[in-house]
Amino acid sequence: MELTIEDTIKWMQLTNDKIQKNKEHLTALDQVIGDSDHGINMARGFQEVMKKLDAATYETVSDVMKDVAMTLMSKVGGAAGPLYGTAFLKLSMSLKDSQKVDESSFAKALEEAVQGIIMRGKANAGEKTMLDVWIPVQDYFSANNVKADELETIAKTAMEQTKELKATKGRASYFKDKSIGHIDPGSASSYYLFTSLAEVIE
Amino acid sequence: MSKVGIVLISHSSKIAEGIYELIRQVIQDVPIELAGGTEDNEIGTSIDKIMKAIQKADQGQGVLLFYDIGSAKMNAEMAIEMTESIQAKLIESPLVEGAYMAAVESGMGKKLQDIYDSVKEEFHCENS
Repeated sequence: MELTIEDTIKWMQLTNDKIQKNKEHLTALDQVIGDSDHGINMARGFQEVMKKLDAATYETVSDVMKDVAMTLMSKVGGAAGPLYGTAFLKLSMSLKDSQKVDESSFAKALEEAVQGIIMRGKANAGEKTMLDVWIPVQDYFSANNVKADELETIAKTAMEQTKELKATKGRASYFKDKSIGHIDPGSASSYYLFTSLAEVIE
Repeated sequence: MSKVGIVLISHSSKIAEGIYELIRQVIQDVPIELAGGTEDNEIGTSIDKIMKAIQKADQGQGVLLFYDIGSAKMNAEMAIEMTESIQAKLIESPLVEGAYMAAVESGMGKKLQDIYDSVKEEFHCENS
């Protein structure tokens, strides 16, 4: 795969489309084990991202990702803001010196993004968070020649597997055993992000 | 004399305002700034609001940040990282009681670290 500036913008566009379309679904997921603001927050954040990207011109993929990061941090409102913001900031920083974003530079950037989310959220794998999608996706990028359909399947399976997990981080952790049986909203929005990436690299 | 500042971070602007009123009834000469709600004053927290509050609350003696739940903590941590020129510390204590106690101690002219330590001790908080 290779990710150009246009691809990156398209990636954000497709993510935004999915989040706007599934806003109610994300909110419904969040309602059972959280504070029911994930859909609204992500929809607002990505709408602002698209406003920002549409109004600017870019020289590098890294710069696009930096604007995505800053916009999400200041516009999302809930926990997703600092977490997605940190992830995109790490992607941006890691890709700063890459003239061309290929599979290996992206895999490395993804690894740093995951480390960023772990650092910021003080969570790890298996705690029913967005990391339960990000970590398998990152592992896949590190170990394989990335194929769009496989990427989609891995992200989707990972999201569905959060259903059986018990939340120990974030507001969902207050729900203890009641959190089992529901897909984590952060893993669902992460699935939209990576399935959009799969469409771009197809 | 300049005093240690206090920033109240809450998902709800009304919670922050309420605590402010409560403290101001007793303590008038300590800088207290609010970072409640999102930019549109909806439920949530805003890094920008927290950063501005840190800057306004600092009289050169540093600032203590109190927060309520969830994302408030992450946003507070990021705001502290981004205002690195100001000495700011995030504290894990009950928001209302902790902020009230810190305001009283700041009013007495205590230093940042001393206030931080006594609030932590009072409420048996973990290190943040």
